[in-house]
Amino acid sequence: MLGFVIQRLLQAAVVMAVMSAVVFVGVYAIGNPIEIIIPPEATQEIREATIKRFGLDLPLWEQYFIFVTNLLQGDFGRSFIYNVPVLELIAGRLPATLELVLISVVTATLLGVGLGVYAGYRPESWIARGIMAVSVLGFSVPSFWVGLILILIFAVNLGWLPAGGRGEVVSFLGVEWSFLTPDGLSHIFLPALNLAFFKLAMMIRLARAGTREIMLTDTIKFARAAGIPERQILTQHLLKLISIPIITVFGLELGSTLAFAVVTETIFSWPGVGKLIIDSITVLDRPVMVAYLILTALLFVLINLTVDLVFALIDPRIRARGA
Amino acid sequence: MTAVLEVRDLRTEFNTRAGVIRAVDDVSFTLKRGEILGLVGESGSGKSVTGFSLLGLVDPPGRITGGSIRLNGTELVGLPQSELRARRGKEIAMIFQDPIATLNPLLTIRKQMMMALEAHQHMTTKAAETRCIEVLQRVGIPDPAARIKAYPHEFSGGMRQRVAIAIALLHDPAVIVADEPTTALDVSIQAQILHEMRSLAAETGTAMIWISHDLATVSSLAKRLLVMYAGKVVEEGATGTVLRDPRHPYTRGLITSLPAIAKPGEDLLQIPGTTPSFLSLPPGCPFAPRCESAEASCDKMPETAQSDERMWRCHYPLGLSGPDPRGAQQ
Ligand SMILES: Nc1ncnc2c1ncn2[C@@H]1O[C@H](COP(=O)(O)OP(=O)(O)O)[C@@H](O)[C@H]1O
Ligand code: SF4
Ligand SMILES: [Mg+2]
Repeated sequence: MLGFVIQRLLQAAVVMAVMSAVVFVGVYAIGNPIEIIIPPEATQEIREATIKRFGLDLPLWEQYFIFVTNLLQGDFGRSFIYNVPVLELIAGRLPATLELVLISVVTATLLGVGLGVYAGYRPESWIARGIMAVSVLGFSVPSFWVGLILILIFAVNLGWLPAGGRGEVVSFLGVEWSFLTPDGLSHIFLPALNLAFFKLAMMIRLARAGTREIMLTDTIKFARAAGIPERQILTQHLLKLISIPIITVFGLELGSTLAFAVVTETIFSWPGVGKLIIDSITVLDRPVMVAYLILTALLFVLINLTVDLVFALIDPRIRARGA
Repeated sequence: MTAVLEVRDLRTEFNTRAGVIRAVDDVSFTLKRGEILGLVGESGSGKSVTGFSLLGLVDPPGRITGGSIRLNGTELVGLPQSELRARRGKEIAMIFQDPIATLNPLLTIRKQMMMALEAHQHMTTKAAETRCIEVLQRVGIPDPAARIKAYPHEFSGGMRQRVAIAIALLHDPAVIVADEPTTALDVSIQAQILHEMRSLAAETGTAMIWISHDLATVSSLAKRLLVMYAGKVVEEGATGTVLRDPRHPYTRGLITSLPAIAKPGEDLLQIPGTTPSFLSLPPGCPFAPRCESAEASCDKMPETAQSDERMWRCHYPLGLSGPDPRGAQQ
């Protein structure tokens, strides 16, 4: 198990090194930030001083070297636009995205697996058909449209829920959260529902397909032939046997939603990371873009790592292979 | 000897979109305590469905539509699932062909055995574990106290099948249905397991229904044979008698296609044609299209005939001498 962990950590380090280079070069190849930072009427001296201050006169490899050295010390540089440390800027926005995404992905997974297992276990029942209808709907309507409809119905027509913003927040562990106050919860409900809808549909599909497949296997027949109660067959055999693809998709969804919740955040004016990135791209705030991409890569690497470790915990054959 | 299992006119049907498949059609037999009964027939003849029917585990859209199954004197047909569950594993158990597919790869042997044990019996963890180790020992798992903590992938195919057999034996059931349990194993391991199953049956008094498409395997183990074709039992009798002197042309076909029967250098005599589809069976004897002895009257379904502890279902049974036996079978 330890060998497995070390091997995965090394892989993760290599991926991060490659990603940092790709991101750095990729971002430097687009646009020239000088024109944005420095007003056109600035004197030549100011121009050169600014270029020097940001190290933009150095050769690319040296800039990269400085960049990586700083990264390793946790220094992502300062935003060209806001003139504050990038990490501080992102950290200020992260809790909003984090709570929104976690609530929607976790809820969608728990609910989706429950409904999907039921639909796969009793495929002929009317409830199963209803569940599958919801799933088809979740797949076929675009997310932004669902968001707008949710606002139209619940915020505009019925007036039950707010249309945007985080509402009242409360500080916990030094960070501000919405989901801990009733008002914040009412604000998070619609955007979380919007984000969760597609994921719910996907989890239902995945759990149903897995259930239908596993329930026909000899493992289940053998367990039944031994007289094991159905409840135990579902919890001890079925849920474990369908968990690998579900955990894989959960990890992918968690990562991609954290990184790309932009559409929902925009529709519901949710002050998360997505909004920050869109703004940074329009004004070519290079340090923010670079830091965001690096952190996103790191996020995926960490999620993959965790998913692999969870696999190893669940499946002894994977443990054996990694050892 | 007392009968532990009595099956009468059992019928199991699958209601499919294409039509009704009667995979088990009027099957009757009696199983005595400690007896090993061989159920043999080509693939697709309804052997597995017969086995699952006995445990009340036919997959939908299949269901038992008629007949009777009496296990230790209790009628199983029509019992609610909860009552059936209480008997499965305790009074009647089943093992399957592929031991890689039957055990859950994610759970230890210990966990899987404990679940099977606790399904019918409340006992302390210590006592339960002792019982599991004892049964593993009995089926020939070396060092069971240590091996019980292992996962299925840490065992060879033969050892995994022994674990499955151990799970089936946990409650000393009256009957074990063994559905091709050695088909997926190497020949040498097959022989070992056959040998051990025979002595286990003798020791514990557990009766066995040994299902196989391979007449050679079954006949080395079973005292009585049940030959199945297209959902019907076409011949039944003591193994030696049936092999020496088959009544049904299908049984003879199975015998002459055995490698041991053919003379060296001679081609094996395969039964011509293939197993018919259940959806397009001929109106009379289902074997007629492949039968060398078929005559016009085979368009009518032959009734079962019986004599001297044996049974067959054919208008023109083989090996009967005397004045025209054909007339007797209408
Ligand atoms: N789930 C099912 N749905 C429809 N038909 C089935 C199903 N299971 C079995 N059958 C039918 O029952 C027949 C007998 O199957 P089976 O008992 O598995 O044969 P055997 O074990 O003798 O090879 C099959 O040929 C098939 O037509
Ligand atoms: S009834 Fe006729 S067709 Fe069927 S096995 Fe006997 S002889 Fe052959
Ligand atoms: Mg079979």
